[in-house]
Amino acid sequence: MNVVVTKHTLLPAEPEWPHEGGFHILEHLSEPTHRNLEPVGPHYLAHARRKRHHRTFSEDDRIVAAQQAKNVEDADPGEISEPEDAMLLSRDPKDWKNQDHYAVLGISKYRWKATDEQIKRAHRKKVLKHHPDKKAAAGGVDDDNFFKCIQKAMEILTDPVKRRQYDSVDESADVDPPSRKAKGNIYKLWNPVFDSEGRFSKKKPVPRFGDDKSTKANVEEFYNFWYNFDSWRTFEYLDEDVPDDNENRDQKRHVERKNKAARAKRKTEDTARLRKIVDDALAMDVRLQKFRKEERLQKDAKKIAREAEEKRLVEEAKKKAEEDARRKEEEEAAMKASKADAKKAKEAAKNAAKKNKRVLRKGAEDANYFHSDGAAPPDVVANVLADVELLITKLDNEELDVVAKKLAGLKVSDEIKSVLVDGIRGSVGKGSAAEGDFKVLLK
Amino acid sequence: MSDSEEPQQKTVIGIAFGNSNSSIAFTSPDGKAEVIANEEGDRQIPSALSYVGDEEYHGAQAKSHLIRNPKNTIAYFRDFLGKSFADIDPTNAHSSAHPIQHETGVAFLVEEKTDAEPSTLTVSEITTRHIKRLQESASDFLGKKIDGCVITVPTDFSEAQRRLLAEASKASGLEVLQVIQEPVASLLAYTAREETSHPADKTVLVLDIGGTRTDAAVIASRGGMFTLLATQHDYELGGRQFDDALVDHFSKEFIKKHKTDPRENERSLAKLRLECEATKKTLSLSTSAQISIESLAGGFDFHSTVNRLRFDLLSKKLVDQIVGLVESVVKKAGMDLSDINEVILAGGSSHTPKIASRIQQLFPSTTAVQAPATNPNALNPSELSARGAAIQASLIAEFEAEDIEQSTHPAVTVTPHLAKPIGVVIHSPEGDEGKAEDKVYVFLDAETAVPARRTATFVGTNVGGDVLIRVVEAKKESVDVTPPKEVKEKAADEDDEDDDDDDEEEEEEKVIKRVTEVEKVIAEALLKDVKKGQKVEVMLNVAGDLTLTITARVVGGKGGIRGTVPGRAQ
Ligand SMILES: Nc1ncnc2c1ncn2[C@@H]1O[C@H](COP(=O)(O)OP(=O)(O)OP(=O)(O)O)[C@@H](O)[C@H]1O
Ligand SMILES: [Mg+2]
Repeated sequence: MNVVVTKHTLLPAEPEWPHEGGFHILEHLSEPTHRNLEPVGPHYLAHARRKRHHRTFSEDDRIVAAQQAKNVEDADPGEISEPEDAMLLSRDPKDWKNQDHYAVLGISKYRWKATDEQIKRAHRKKVLKHHPDKKAAAGGVDDDNFFKCIQKAMEILTDPVKRRQYDSVDESADVDPPSRKAKGNIYKLWNPVFDSEGRFSKKKPVPRFGDDKSTKANVEEFYNFWYNFDSWRTFEYLDEDVPDDNENRDQKRHVERKNKAARAKRKTEDTARLRKIVDDALAMDVRLQKFRKEERLQKDAKKIAREAEEKRLVEEAKKKAEEDARRKEEEEAAMKASKADAKKAKEAAKNAAKKNKRVLRKGAEDANYFHSDGAAPPDVVANVLADVELLITKLDNEELDVVAKKLAGLKVSDEIKSVLVDGIRGSVGKGSAAEGDFKVLLK
Repeated sequence: MSDSEEPQQKTVIGIAFGNSNSSIAFTSPDGKAEVIANEEGDRQIPSALSYVGDEEYHGAQAKSHLIRNPKNTIAYFRDFLGKSFADIDPTNAHSSAHPIQHETGVAFLVEEKTDAEPSTLTVSEITTRHIKRLQESASDFLGKKIDGCVITVPTDFSEAQRRLLAEASKASGLEVLQVIQEPVASLLAYTAREETSHPADKTVLVLDIGGTRTDAAVIASRGGMFTLLATQHDYELGGRQFDDALVDHFSKEFIKKHKTDPRENERSLAKLRLECEATKKTLSLSTSAQISIESLAGGFDFHSTVNRLRFDLLSKKLVDQIVGLVESVVKKAGMDLSDINEVILAGGSSHTPKIASRIQQLFPSTTAVQAPATNPNALNPSELSARGAAIQASLIAEFEAEDIEQSTHPAVTVTPHLAKPIGVVIHSPEGDEGKAEDKVYVFLDAETAVPARRTATFVGTNVGGDVLIRVVEAKKESVDVTPPKEVKEKAADEDDEDDDDDDEEEEEEKVIKRVTEVEKVIAEALLKDVKKGQKVEVMLNVAGDLTLTITARVVGGKGGIRGTVPGRAQ
């Protein structure tokens, strides 16, 4: 087997190739084309041996197989499609300048659009039909006039320079522009006109007239293009024949000068002709009004939108200002209220503390200053009260409140005393007082 | 089929049958095809018969009678075979016997015998007589009776025309083993010359510029088998038009001197034409040539010279047309000029140096142009068809008629061909511009008949590791690689207000590169643990039902991977 040796490297695989079994199918091969192998050469004969494989193919197989195969030969030129009228057939070949070369070859519906291939095929059809040797052989008259017309047409249409000169003056390919008053679909009226005029453009592609869906940019580009049309059209085909004898040099020069002037004049006229066509098209082009109207509407719509927006903004700002003012007021009020509350609370706390202090003092009084019988002597009273007063100063308002609440309703002297002692111990434990500060209550 | 015990080997020849010339060739025992000269030493034998007195002249002698005896000289008749009178173009036979309508076909009216009424010779009859003379020349040369032949015809010959040709040959006593296509025969002549038994895949354009017509064909050559992809013909372009360019040139010169137009007298024209053809042929070898005709017209002799440069100028329009034909056939094949790997110039007019050089200019330098002017090893373009026919004749010499009929049966010839090139993605860490780049290595090109198989080895990896064989269908694309215009210029343009129109006129030459790109991935196969530098062999096999089998292995290693992608129909 034949192995081609290459120096190429293959693709490196990703580290974790995700497919099982080392093989992964993504697609089928594309549908094949059925073609005829040429039954020639040793490799074909080997192929035939394999394919036949002791089988015998029939006539039916032949038909089936042959139908499958793609044909590479063109179909034969077929019948001449355009009728040849008597006027055309009796043309004088000497008058070739006025001859419609496309009509002579039977391709007048193609004209400048005819491809080289079409021209060749058309010519061949005509030669097969009109060759003078054939006419003579068939006993006809030996008239080769139309054949000469055919050959002339061929000479001109297959020479790129000559064909262009002829196409330049081939007005049969023009599409007449509609009159300004023409009614109907302007796109149907104008597209063919510009498609035909476009054949003279040096620049390709040539923008089309378009339709009612064309954008403003398209339309502007169209008119821009056509008002600056760059035409290759020339008019030497219409030149008067220049005498080619050397005798009459002045005459020759005169004709040449005349031709030159005529060409220039025709060119100017053609430019003017096209400009008028474009002017007319522009005048009839309803799209321009449509675009203007659309633009105006758009502008208006924009203005309305803009005003609405402005109004909305003003209102929004006003609303916001009001809102802000309201919020500020509320905040101030709240602040005031909370300040008053704090003062009241403070006062209440102060009153409560006063009351509580009184409760503590009253407790000591109720317990007869912890003196067992009879009225307590003044030194006892003074010492007890001094301790109570000390305790009061050591307690904050809340602790005071706790002690006061515990004292509430107590009448028994020991109970009262133990509450007060607890209070003292609490503040000693807290470190705000020392035991030694108290004269009597802790004894 | 061929059996070594068979004592008598058959003697078979190849015949190229043209409107202008015919050639005969045989294959020597060592397998080389050779063109045979007739008794007069001609290898290009004019396809002409002339009747003078009671004699029949053939070949070059008959052609020379175009001057004195045009009415009884029959030439340029091949394309009339099997055609109705309405369908023939009689232009080329204008200076010889004119074709006439006869029953449903075409015939010539000639005075065959001095004392008899003129006879009507049908094109088939003339063909029979012509082949009889060719056969006699071959038989004389080889010293053997000829048992059979292969004849070439242009690709536009219909089935009916081929059948008539075989019958006409048989009537002369020469059996036609097979009628084959001229461009294919030319390609076979070149392919058979290659030493290898595995001809490289390529797409070939055969351009046959004969005497009266020019034919172009694009042929896919895949694994030594040939498929016509497109053909195009110009029936009004050939060596005759090149002759006429010289005829017009010398006529003008003659008119200047003698005030007589030699083209207006049939005999003068015939003389001038014949001499111009000889002058033209000389110009293919040397850069100038002389022409010398006694009593050309009005009793005046004519002597002149012409150089190749002048001739090239005179025939420029014709060469333009040839170039146009080539462009059009390539387009018809759906291809780009750079897709053509080789151009084979065939037919006598392909000796013309200017034609060969214009064709070489038209194609990229990678396209080989086989013509004497562009390749000293090229085969003689006038001999290609006959050689190819002789090679084919030797291949099927021992086949039974039934065998040949079955081997050329459409059920065997009509074959599915790949729509797209199939290949494997190759990786180059440093591509054209130093960037890593993945390309497609094509195994089986588009238009390969299936079943088909191709194998190639690769350097698996330059670093070592797992390797991925990504099998793809590819597409050929034209990419514009025109170097960008100078930026400065562009910036300046933009400052221009409105008319930047005129700079479009100076059109830039575009540089187009043809690249093969992945169109779709068909399958991937993983080959594990390939060591750095190890060779990997990959085989792609496409079966007749488009089933694709991929096989890959490390050369010298064990195992490998194999996977199958079923055809769409399954
Ligand atoms: N050396 C040469 N240089 C230029 N032209 C040549 C040369 N040799 C032959 N020719 C021309 O080649 C033409 C003949 O070509 P060829 O032998 O291939 O003809 P053909 O296949 O019979 O032609 P067709 O069928 O097209 O008429 C003639 O016009 C002849 O003048
Ligand atoms: Mg030929």
